Amino acid sequence: MAEKRRSSSQNTLKKAPTGISGLDEITFGGLPAGRPTLVCGTAGAGKTMLAAEFIVRGALEFGEPGVFMMFEENAEELTQNVRSLGFDLDDLVKRKLVSLDHVHVERSEIEETGEYDLEGLFIRLEHAIKSVGAKRVVLDTIEALFSGLSNEGILRSELRRLFRWLKDRGLSAVITAERGDRALTRYGLEEYVADCVILLDHRVNEQISTRRLRVIKYRGSEHGTNEYPFTIGKSGLSVMPITSLRLDHSVSNEHDPSGIGWLDEMLADGRGVFRGSSILISGAPGTGKSSLAVAFAVAACTRGKKAMIFAYEESEKQLVRNMRSIGMDLSGCVRKKLLRVFSTRPTLVGLEQHLVTMHDEIEAFRPDLVVVDPISNLTIEGRVSDIKPTLIRLIDLIKKRGITAIFTSLTSGEQGQSAETSEVGVSSLMDTWILLSNVEHEGARRRTLIILKSRGMKHSNVVRQFLMSDRGIFPLDGDTHPKRSNKRKVK
Amino acid sequence: MMANTGTGKTKKTKGPGEKEYQLRLYIAGHSAKARAALENLNKICETHLEGRYKIEVIDLLKNPKLAAGDQILAIPTLVRKLPEPMKKIIGDLSNEERVLVGLDIQPLK
Repeated sequence: MAEKRRSSSQNTLKKAPTGISGLDEITFGGLPAGRPTLVCGTAGAGKTMLAAEFIVRGALEFGEPGVFMMFEENAEELTQNVRSLGFDLDDLVKRKLVSLDHVHVERSEIEETGEYDLEGLFIRLEHAIKSVGAKRVVLDTIEALFSGLSNEGILRSELRRLFRWLKDRGLSAVITAERGDRALTRYGLEEYVADCVILLDHRVNEQISTRRLRVIKYRGSEHGTNEYPFTIGKSGLSVMPITSLRLDHSVSNEHDPSGIGWLDEMLADGRGVFRGSSILISGAPGTGKSSLAVAFAVAACTRGKKAMIFAYEESEKQLVRNMRSIGMDLSGCVRKKLLRVFSTRPTLVGLEQHLVTMHDEIEAFRPDLVVVDPISNLTIEGRVSDIKPTLIRLIDLIKKRGITAIFTSLTSGEQGQSAETSEVGVSSLMDTWILLSNVEHEGARRRTLIILKSRGMKHSNVVRQFLMSDRGIFPLDGDTHPKRSNKRKVK
Repeated sequence: MMANTGTGKTKKTKGPGEKEYQLRLYIAGHSAKARAALENLNKICETHLEGRYKIEVIDLLKNPKLAAGDQILAIPTLVRKLPEPMKKIIGDLSNEERVLVGLDIQPLK
C-alpha cells in the first residue's frame, strides 16, 4: 500500500549530505533530510558500510549525531569493520556523537503467545536518540526481525508505525535491506520506505568484481539515474558520478611545455600543449611512449609543479631506473615531493576500480599534471565498450581540476594497420595526439614522431626523427627545423 | 491490582529442593496488554509454581535503559532469568499452554 504523499509544495527538498564522495553529487545534495531512505542490495554489496559512513560523516562533518541500530553484527564487529575505512567509532561513542545498539533476536529463545507490539524497540531507539541528540538513524538490517519473530502481521504494522515514527521526528534515516528475488527487498520494505531507494550491486565479470550504485527513486528530487561504479577504500565509499558530459570545464590559455625543446617547437611555437588539455601519445611497442610521457612529468616538476604518474606496466623503481638511462632523474622529483608514482598491475582490479583509485590519488596529491601509462593496458580485461565511458569519466575528472593529462596507448605493431584507426575512438576525447612509430632506414630503426592533431594551436605537421640517449631525447633530422617546416593553423 | 507491580517484587516462600523461578516482565506503561499479561502470569504462577517464584515488573517507560540489557523488542516480554538458560516469552501470555512450554514448566495435574 502506498504511503500518503506529503504535500510537497516546497520546491527544494532539504537534504542530509552523506559526505560520501560522489553520492552527494548524484543526489544533488544528499539523502532526503528528515525522511527514511532504503538502501538495498545483495549480501556484501556494501550496505552497512554506506550506512556507517552516513552516520560517521554526519557526526564528524555535518554536526548531526547519529544512532546506529544493528540487527546482525554486534557493536565490536561493526567498530572493527568501520575501522577499516579509517573511522573510529569507539571515539565517536565516547564523545557522545554516535550511539550504537545491537538488537539481537533469536527465534529459538522466544516463545510467542498472544498479542504484542514492538514498543520495546521504539523505547530503545528513542533512548539512544535522546542520549546523543541524534538527527540521523540507521537500522541495519531491520529485516532480521522477520526471521526472529513469527507474527508477520504484527511485524508489518509495527514497521509501518516505525517508519512513520521516524518521519514524524524528522530523522534522516537509512534502512538497509537484503535484495529479494523478485522484489527490491526480500520482505517488501520498499512498500513502507518510499521516499528514496538506493540499490547497491556487486557484480563479477570475467573474474573482476565491480560494485555499482543506482538511485532507483528519489521522491521530490532530481537525481542521476545511471548505474555508478563505486568502491570501498581506505577512506570509505567513493562513487564515480562522472557522466556529467556538460563540457563546461574552464579552459586555460597557458601552456605546459614538455621540456623537450624540439617537440615544444612543434606545438604552438615552443610553448607546448595547453594546460589542462589531454594528450594522447600512441605508438607500437618500443617507440618511446613512456619516455616521452614521463618527460612531460619531469618538465612539470622542474618548473616546481606537481606531477603524478600512474604506471601500469612498470614498478616505480623500474621506472626510475629506466628513465635515468635517458637522462631523466625521477627520484629527485620524488624526494622533493613534486612527483608521485603510483604503479599497480592493471589486472588486479576492474576498470572502475582503477578510475576510483585514480580519483582518490588525484584528490589526495592534487597534481598539476597526470601521466597514465598506458590506457591501452586498462582495456585488456575490460571489453572495448568499457574503456571509452571510463576514459570520459577520467578525462572529465582531470579536466575539472585543470590538470594536464598525458595518456599513452599501445597500438598494434603490425604493418599495414593504420594506427589512426586502432584507437577505439578514444582519440576524439583528446586535444593533442602524438603518434610515434619506428621506421627502418638505412639498415637501422629510427624513431619518428608526428603530431596528428592539436586542437586550438599552431602545430607542425612534419614527421620528426628522434633519438633517445643518456642525455635526453634529441631530434635526428636537423633539416626539418620547425622554423622552416610547414605549419598549418587550426582554429 | 497494579499496586504490587512497578519494580516491586512478589515474594513467596520456597518449597525445599525445588528450583526457584526468577521472572521478569517487561511492560511499557500500563496498557491493556500489560495488564492482561500480568494477570495471566500471576494466575499461571499461582497454579503451577506456588511458593517458588519471583516476579519483577519493569516499566520501560520509566527505565528505558533496561531494554537493551535483556534484548527487549516486543512488549510485553516475559524473561525467565532463572533457572538457566534464559528464556523469553512475548505477548500477553493468554495461551497458558504455550507459556508453560516457554517457561519449561511441567503442568501440575
